[in-house]
Amino acid sequence: MSDLRELYQEVIFDHNRKPRNFRKLDPADRLAEGFNPLCGDQITVYVKFDQGVISDVSFEGSGCAISTASASLMTEALKGKTEAEARALFENFHSAVTNHGCAKCDDLGKLEVLTGVAEYPSRVKCATLAWHTFTAALDQKDQPVTTE
Amino acid sequence: MSQVNALQRPPYRFDAEKWRADFPILRRQVNGRPLVYLDNAATSQKPQVVIDAESNYYSQTNSNIHRGVHRLSELATNQYEAARGKVRRFINAASDREIIFVRGTTEAINLVAQSYGAQNIKAGDEIVISTMEHHSNIVPWQLLCERTGAVLRVVPINDDGEFLFDEYRKLVNERTKVVAVVHVSNALGSINPVKKIIELAHRFGAKVLVDGAQAVPHLTVDVQDLDCDFYAFSSHKIYGPTGIGVLYGKAALLNAMPPYQGGGDMIRQVTFEKSTYNELPYKFEAGTPNIAGVITLGAALDYVSAIGLDAIAAHEHELLEYATAAAAEVPGMRLIGTAHDKASILSFVLDGIHPHDTGTILDHQGVAIRTGHHCAMPLMARFKVPATARASFALYNTRPDVDALFAGIAKVRQMFAK
Repeated sequence: MSDLRELYQEVIFDHNRKPRNFRKLDPADRLAEGFNPLCGDQITVYVKFDQGVISDVSFEGSGCAISTASASLMTEALKGKTEAEARALFENFHSAVTNHGCAKCDDLGKLEVLTGVAEYPSRVKCATLAWHTFTAALDQKDQPVTTE
Repeated sequence: MSQVNALQRPPYRFDAEKWRADFPILRRQVNGRPLVYLDNAATSQKPQVVIDAESNYYSQTNSNIHRGVHRLSELATNQYEAARGKVRRFINAASDREIIFVRGTTEAINLVAQSYGAQNIKAGDEIVISTMEHHSNIVPWQLLCERTGAVLRVVPINDDGEFLFDEYRKLVNERTKVVAVVHVSNALGSINPVKKIIELAHRFGAKVLVDGAQAVPHLTVDVQDLDCDFYAFSSHKIYGPTGIGVLYGKAALLNAMPPYQGGGDMIRQVTFEKSTYNELPYKFEAGTPNIAGVITLGAALDYVSAIGLDAIAAHEHELLEYATAAAAEVPGMRLIGTAHDKASILSFVLDGIHPHDTGTILDHQGVAIRTGHHCAMPLMARFKVPATARASFALYNTRPDVDALFAGIAKVRQMFAK
């Protein structure tokens, strides 16, 4: 078993205490709600585009330290990306946190602090809830996404 | 539980250490630490005699029941029916015919909701449950209400997690047909005054189902004294195997109810025109049952009876008091469920820390607890928390287990401190 500090790195505590972009975007070009019924985690992700590039992204909700930090880090990572770049980043991130290894781990940047969850299958959903909700916003799904 | 006075308590350490040795899993390590198992309300561990009973059945007796003429089938049938007798004695039912083997508490409740419900519930009737029900004692009744047009009524609780009897008195009336209530709350530990609840329901002619999943391992249950109409519990929470449970029902009610599932064993005669049904309890046991599970449940009840539920309850109560006192010393720790009458469960939240984080960090210390909504989402909403962390005690837990829990909580708080 890995050291607990590999899961709970200082960056995660920092983003849990002071989540970045923790606000509503009104109006938003896209938004979606996400829900993890097992933990009771709830999140809303808002996205704004400017000429095909994500100009602003934010979130609201409540959850555990992993899910809050992941949402916060996600909003930082997505700004300035095109939709295609954002989807590619999620694919890379998803692969890293589900222990399939990542093709381009160097590209993960600060998101790398979350790869410790790969050792904790029950917590992978916490790290991916914000991302699933973000892609649902891109897809304009009417139904709230759930990680179950 | 609170009526157990200090003088009646057995010398706790000696007995608990002795009982503990009966459970082989408690000798293993988890994450490099000795296992501290405090998730007993989810499922209990199994003593060696229970593990042996299952193994012995498959290595010595395995055969199908109720239909073979050969020796092994007779042996298996005798052991299966002997276990029914053990269950009957354990909850003091009047007759073996009133003991129906099912998959668990959930199936027992669904059986009643579907069979009794289909026959007796119509539009405008009312079904009364409480705020602290497990989803398994909510959803089957909601489904019944959807099918029939009956109305679900919910008895509120107070901030300590106690059933509000005066509110219940206002809710129950001549339209009430079923009261379905939990005996001991899985998320709070509250012990409900089921005898009083039943007595009042009966005055209006309503039938009462008691969800006893969390009660049977911790307190003596006497279904005749309670005068309940149905009582449901699961084997795996009382040191028996998973996948087996019990529905107790009064014979007159069960006799009048239509079958729940059709198949072998539950029939008397089958023609393509019409089938007639077997007598109780077989009418409700279609198909080859979990024979090994039933026989092994019998072994688990023998084990519990040999120790005595009074001794178990006194020991667990002492542990709960010890843990509750320790919780009061932890800044930012709030207990969810502080009922006066309470059994075995310490549900809590830590200020600013999500229960899932608490659970993961405790797991690293070898301490297994449950985190989440405990299949009681309306109850979580009542307390305005998304989830809680829950430690729950069994006969083999000791004060060092509680100490390990609180050492783990200290570590959680330290990691989350600014």
